[in-house]
Amino acid sequence: MKTELMSANYAAARAVVSARVEVVAAYPITPATTVPEQIALLSEKGIYKGEFIRVESEHSAMFACIGASSTGARAFTATSSNGLLLMDEALHWASAARLPIVLANINRSVSPSWNIHVSHDDSMSKRDTGWIQFYVSSVDEFYHTIIQAFKLAEDERVLMPTMVNADGFVLSHTVSRYDYLEPEEVDKFLQPYSPPHWVMDPENPVAHGNIVFPEHYQEFRYSMHEGTKNALDVYLEIEAEYKKLFGKYFGGPIECYKCDDADYIMTSQGTIGAEARDAIDQLRKDGYKVGSARIRMYRPFPIDHIRDLAKGKKAIASFDRSVSYGFGGPVANDIRASLYATDIRPLIKSYIGGLGGRDITVPDIKEILLDLIKHEESGEAGPEETWHDLR
Amino acid sequence: MMVATKEIPLKEYVLKGNAACAGCQDMVALRHAHKALEGDVIQVVPACCTSVVQSLWPKVGMNIPILNTAFMASGATASGVKAALRAKGKDDTTVMVWAGDGGTFDIGLQALSGAFERRTDMLYVCYNNQVYSNTGTQRSGATPLYAQTTTTWFGKREPEKLLDLIVAMHEPAYQATANAAYPRDLFDKFKRAKEIKGPKFIHIFIPCPQAWNYPVEKGVEIGKLAVETGYWIMWERIGDKFELGRHSKRFQDPSKRKPIEDFLKLQGRFSRLFKPEKDEEKIKEIEDYIQHRWDILLKTLT
Amino acid sequence: MSLRVRSCRAHSGCVLVVNEVNTEPEGRANMPKTSYSKPSVGATGKTGSWRTFDPVINYKECSKCRTCWLYCPEAVITLEDDGTPHIDYDYCKGCGICAQVCPRKCIDMVRKGTRDEEDEE
Ligand SMILES: Cc1ncc(C[n+]2csc(CCOP(=O)(O)OP(=O)(O)O)c2C)c(N)n1
Ligand code: SF4
Ligand code: SF4
Repeated sequence: MKTELMSANYAAARAVVSARVEVVAAYPITPATTVPEQIALLSEKGIYKGEFIRVESEHSAMFACIGASSTGARAFTATSSNGLLLMDEALHWASAARLPIVLANINRSVSPSWNIHVSHDDSMSKRDTGWIQFYVSSVDEFYHTIIQAFKLAEDERVLMPTMVNADGFVLSHTVSRYDYLEPEEVDKFLQPYSPPHWVMDPENPVAHGNIVFPEHYQEFRYSMHEGTKNALDVYLEIEAEYKKLFGKYFGGPIECYKCDDADYIMTSQGTIGAEARDAIDQLRKDGYKVGSARIRMYRPFPIDHIRDLAKGKKAIASFDRSVSYGFGGPVANDIRASLYATDIRPLIKSYIGGLGGRDITVPDIKEILLDLIKHEESGEAGPEETWHDLR
Repeated sequence: MMVATKEIPLKEYVLKGNAACAGCQDMVALRHAHKALEGDVIQVVPACCTSVVQSLWPKVGMNIPILNTAFMASGATASGVKAALRAKGKDDTTVMVWAGDGGTFDIGLQALSGAFERRTDMLYVCYNNQVYSNTGTQRSGATPLYAQTTTTWFGKREPEKLLDLIVAMHEPAYQATANAAYPRDLFDKFKRAKEIKGPKFIHIFIPCPQAWNYPVEKGVEIGKLAVETGYWIMWERIGDKFELGRHSKRFQDPSKRKPIEDFLKLQGRFSRLFKPEKDEEKIKEIEDYIQHRWDILLKTLT
Repeated sequence: MSLRVRSCRAHSGCVLVVNEVNTEPEGRANMPKTSYSKPSVGATGKTGSWRTFDPVINYKECSKCRTCWLYCPEAVITLEDDGTPHIDYDYCKGCGICAQVCPRKCIDMVRKGTRDEEDEE
């Protein structure tokens, strides 16, 4: 392990080397572009030893990964925003074919109008494709979560593709420290991919994906659901092993900061979670019992962790950097739904903001938490959904 | 010298009891293509009749590895398969796309173009039944002038696009046209393609009894008439060396061609050209377009 | 469920011919994680039941030229070493192509049920 200074995108390209990826297929789009650029460079220098397909679209990028993974190769791609949207058909295909492809999505707002800055609308709109989803908050976490993602996706109990999301520019183009692992080190953790069920092989011909009638289709979908749900426990195992081997741990499905004794919690995804720590510290100094919970794993949704987190809390502010038009913040909705069957009943308020790359800084987070506290203390819940900093 | 029927291997890769329509010419082409490739192949199939003829999970009516893929994604999927084989040092296996005309002329054209521009070592086969058969015979970019489809009820107003020239402009390592009515010639072309590295394209004329509305037993006759009327031109191009096929050579001279009517009138999809009365003008238009196709092909490729 | 759909064009011009395929639910305990299929003869059942006419080879006239074998879309014609063709009536779909291409015109299409099965050799 050696410490290096790099942007998240450069580090992602190194994760591809460390994880001994065999096939990369990718297409440029800001802010993901420097991932394929770096992989191209590493490939031309002979450092990345796999194949790199310079495809002509993101749809083709994911289908090239599907072709490669179906032929037994470890496959990776990176994209953002419109690129992820163009992949939609392929995302569904990869998960239903149970192909453990890993995708680094550099979160970016969707068009129109053109805006290259962060929102989570791109990946949130892919919530129901079957992909496991992580959101990270640092370069180091991005790099290591990509490596972990291969192990998770390839686990026979899971066998679902995995998307690791990082905030555009905030991480993708910001240089920071991370700990690089040589492929030889990662070998201790990640074995070569060997498809457990089917593979394209002339010695043992099978056809994948021909017609399935209503008698069986639903059972295949159930199996996908099971695979995704299993990902939660399998990830806990993987994280424990990773911690033991490399001393790296990023907090499980939900990383909590001063949550235990808190009355008020703010949940968030991505880099806001890092920012929130300072806000929490400042509010704590002013006597508020607040904490921050950064949701790292969004699919499968860590329902039990959410329940544990919410137990005994007075109120939760769920911050979404995306919107489900007509029904508010997607993560807020999931948190509410997770608690409905229990008697855990904190006030839950949904805050939406930071769209199109609008800054969310420490004062913003303080403002949100104070708004939450005000409503809880006054006994007036106020609006279910608040657009923060709506001008 | 063309292969003798006796020399074509007996081993079958198309298995009996599959889900193809009776008389489907696609199956004839598949049979002989795979006899030529002898099983060392991974076949990529986008949405089209060839995905349906395989039959239902958990069985498949073909004894080769088949990767079904999305309608527009064959070129990309095959690129990924090839890359994986290269990464694993199993580069000799032929990666073949088997796509319909819709999946090639229309929705899949971009992925095909990208894969060829990248000089991917693969064989892309377009089996051309000139229509979206799988979804019930809607027009495609390969549907000929005046053919009736369920989106051109009174006959298509535009001729088909000259896909072969689009592909030729990618300068493939090997390119050929073939026709299911000439299986020996088809077998030879797949044999040759197997030996050549780089992007390869074979475009096969496939009469479809369902969509063209002709008696099922007439598939071979119609396929041959397509050549004998000059409608379908058989040729081959290795690198930039173009050769007119022996079956088409004598029909370069328009006076040697059978009248196009012989081809058209067997097919229900052209019935409006003959009913209530014969439409000489439109038939002439089709004939002129055939000549135009000959001219532009030879001008461009020779 | 046992389906017997001939020429169903509800979704598919490419006749999703499902013929006596037993599609009894497997139950997910016996199912793989995703739908990959094994090569099988009779993947769509005994397709011979689709026939209205049976091809019958007149072996006295047959020159063993293999033309019917070459053109049969179904791969249901097998050849003896000397080229003598045999039709597998379990799967022959009765398209009549063999009869059309036979250069000696020695394959007759006879209405199903009228074929003399003794004749076959
Ligand atoms: C993205 C997408 N759009 C539409 C379809 C529906 N579709 C499936 S097959 C097909 C037509 C196929 O036509 P062609 O490629 O000519 O092959 P054929 O069926 O004639 O063999 C269509 C429109 C699809 N599967 N995917
Ligand atoms: S619709 Fe045409 S191409 Fe499709 S299976 Fe039937 S005969 Fe073959
Ligand atoms: S009738 Fe058709 S399916 Fe049957 S043997 Fe003849 S060509 Fe083959």
